[in-house]
Formats: sequence, C-alpha cells, structure tokens
Amino acid sequence: MNIRKSILEYLDPDLVGTMTSKAENIQQATKMTGALATTIISTGALAGTTFGQDKKLPGKIADVLNFALTLEYLEDEFYRTAIGSSGLIPRNARSVFEQISKHETAHVALLKSVLGSKATAKPNFDFTAGGAFGDVFRNYQTFLAVSQALEDTGVRAYKGQAGNLQDNAKILTVALQIHSVEARHAAEVRRLRGEKGWISGDSRGTLPAPTQAVYDGEGNVTQGGANLAGLAGLSNDAITEAFDEPLSKEQVLAIAKLFIKS
Amino acid sequence: MDKTLKTGVEPTNLDAETSLSSRRSFIKLSSAAVLTAFAFGALNPETLSARTAFHGLPIDDDKARSVDLGKGDTGVLNYAYALEQLEAAFYTQVIATPFAQMSSAERAILTDIRDHEIAHRDLFKTALGKKAIPALQVNFTTINFNSRDSVLGTAKTFEDLGVAAYNGAGQLLKNVNFLLLAGKIVSVEARHAAIIRDLISPTSASFAGDDAVDPATGLDKALTPAQVLTAAAPFIRTPVTAKKLPTPRS
Repeated sequence: MNIRKSILEYLDPDLVGTMTSKAENIQQATKMTGALATTIISTGALAGTTFGQDKKLPGKIADVLNFALTLEYLEDEFYRTAIGSSGLIPRNARSVFEQISKHETAHVALLKSVLGSKATAKPNFDFTAGGAFGDVFRNYQTFLAVSQALEDTGVRAYKGQAGNLQDNAKILTVALQIHSVEARHAAEVRRLRGEKGWISGDSRGTLPAPTQAVYDGEGNVTQGGANLAGLAGLSNDAITEAFDEPLSKEQVLAIAKLFIKS
Repeated sequence: MDKTLKTGVEPTNLDAETSLSSRRSFIKLSSAAVLTAFAFGALNPETLSARTAFHGLPIDDDKARSVDLGKGDTGVLNYAYALEQLEAAFYTQVIATPFAQMSSAERAILTDIRDHEIAHRDLFKTALGKKAIPALQVNFTTINFNSRDSVLGTAKTFEDLGVAAYNGAGQLLKNVNFLLLAGKIVSVEARHAAIIRDLISPTSASFAGDDAVDPATGLDKALTPAQVLTAAAPFIRTPVTAKKLPTPRS
C-alpha cells in the first residue's frame, strides 16, 4: 500500500503527536465543559455575516450556491407535489416525507437568502422525466425510486463542490451541514425501499436503468491515492460503502436535466 | 505495508507525579466501572471482558498517557482517526457480544457499520503513518452491551457526534484533497446516523429529527474539536488534547 507517499507529502514533516501530562489535560477538559451546547454555525451567526451581503459574494461561490439552489428547488417542489398528491404516500411514511420536505424548503430559503439578488430563478420541472417515471405522483414505488435517485445525487453534488467553497469557512460549513442532511434523507429513503442505507460498489440496486449515472463511480476503492482493496480483510462492498464519491457539476446537471423542462 | 505504518508515537517517560496521577484516576475509573456494571445489571464476564477486547488495547494504566493530536492538517486527521478508533472499537464489541434478540437484519446493519468504521480507522492510520497517534484505550463501562437500548442509544450518540465533528472540521483543513476525503466519510456517518435512528424509531421523522437537524435552517450540526472531544471524553480512557489544532474561523 502506497498511501503514505500520496498523502503524507502534504503533511508537515516536523510533526509528531505530543505527549502531555494527564494533569494538564484535566485542566483543559474542565475549561471545555459547557461549550458543547454551542454549534459553530448558529442561524444568527450566519445571518449576521452572510445574509444581505450578496454583492460581496465572489462569483465562484455564487455559482456553486446557485447550482445547489437549483437542486434544492428540484427537491423542494418534488416533495411538496408528492405530499399534495392524494393517496400517494402511505400514512405510516408521511412523517418521513414531511420531514424531508421541510428540510428542502428550508434549504431553498437559506440559499436564497445568502445569494440575495444573485439567486437564480426556479426552473420548470418535469418529474416524469419525459415519461420515464410517468406515474411518479400516482405510484408510491416510482415516487420512492425517484426520491432515492435525487437524494443520492444531492449527496454527491454537494460533496463535489466542497473544494470550491474552501475560501469561505462559513459557507463551506453550511454546505457540509446541508450535505449530511441529504445523506440522512438518502439513507432513510433507501431503507424504505428495502435497500441498505449505503451504496455498495456502483450498484443502483433495484432502481431502473436510467438512474445508473447516479451511481457510476461509487465503486471506487482508491482513497487518498492508495488502492484500499483488501484493507483489514474487508470486502470491496464494505470498502466502497465506507466512502461516498463526489460528482462534478456537469455530471450532476446531466442527471438533473432529465427533470428540468426549462 | 511497511513496518513503520504500524508504529504510532513512541511513548516518552512521564515524570513521577504524572504517573501517580494517572494511577489514581485509573483506580477511580475501575471502581466506577464496577458500580456502573451493577447499575445496568450487566456484571457478567462478557461485559467486563469488553474492556480488554479491542485490538489488544491493554488496560495498562502506565500507558494511559495523554496524547495531543498535533497541529495543522495532521492534527485534524488525527482528530478524525481518534473518533474512528472509538467507533470501530464500539461496533467491534457490539458484534462480538450481541445484545439479546439482535435480529438478523440488525446484525447485518451493525456488521456493515463496524466494517465501515474499520475502513475509516485503518485508512487514517495508514495515511498518517508515523504521525498517527497511538491506539487509544476506550472506556465503555457505561455501555450495557446486552441491552439493545444502550447499544443503539450509544450508536446514535456516536454517529450524530461524528457527523457534527466532520462538519465542523472541514473548514480546518488546508489541503483540498483531505477536505474531499472528509466529505466522502461524513456522508457515510450521516447514513449510519439515519439508519440507527430508524432502528430506534422506525419510519418516523427521527432519522433527521429536529434534535439533530435544525428545523428552521435544515442544517445538521457542526461542532468544534473542543466540543466533540468533551462529548467523547467519557468513552476514551486515554486523555486526548487538541492544543495545537487550527482554530475555527467564526
């Protein structure tokens, strides 16, 4: 395994873990107590520093956020339409999709408020994807399939943009905080479909063939420049499940395009 | 894999006072462990042996010395490595001593998660090489591995904490490749969190409940290393400090 050469060249050569005395540590732990309740990014902090400052947003960051906003528009309208479609979602699953829908609506509002006047307009959507999912709002299984594809795509989309947000710590953190929520959604919807919550290899499982692009590349076993096949005696399924893979903006838009009319 | 991959930081000699302090703490912990085991009705050989079962991590109080994570990206990766060690040790024990009436579906899920955490742990260990912190000693005396509620409740705590830790640590990383690597892992931790929460409260809003995801913003939590280490401290016998980690930009 040659991972050290590929990753360690970035690390500070002077560093070693440092032993400190237990007494010092106890003092430090005592100081930390009570800090737990505070999250790094509170809503108030975000509002104070980024809301209403859209003119100062660098173009590169605005582009990423508008890309994210387009995906959130898509998800938000998808779930609102589904919840409004009588007889679609079984009673016992309604609380799941109401929760997801609530988050997508919040994500749209959050991104729009950060972007301000730079926010892109909501496209018109066709959730049947030109007829491929013609009964998406009449057939619960079709709805679940599209939901899973959208959520797994969302996870990959945010992951692929993290590097483009590195210059802005606050916005990067917000994007990560959305990213993990999309992953929670994805896992729950997969479970409702009888799939594992995680992605094995590049398998789309029981999803129809048009969704394969959502999973292409997930079979990657090279992390940090090293081939992890055989690591700790684990199967390739376990190794690929342990790492979700990014998609580029172009790859995501090629998937999203199926659902965008104009 | 070359030999140095297996070597962590070499222990240094601590002064007498520190050793004594360590020993006192250990004795206190031992008493507490027995009491806790009683309280949970879990005083059986399996539960007690849990304390020695992790990858040969010994209960040797002379080795329970404080470890600092280091600075820069190395420190942040060691921080992740510490958390993955904790998770991997926990799920290894969960599968080694399954709670009563663990269903085959639950066993399959918990085994998958164990394997994912081992993959994360070993990736960091390998990547960090000589800069890796040593294997940490865990302290699971408050967990009743015979109890589904205790095991799943702890799993939920660890997974939510892991998600918040990675979310908060992303901005601390300078190298964009490490940021991507953290991103690849955090979404898997979030998938774990959702599935564990669903095992506890099936087909409810809990998988992304309002206690985890702020309903007003739709944002998961993001915590600083100091916050995360405070929350994790009861489960890690080896004291871990993060004195030189980068400071979050607020």
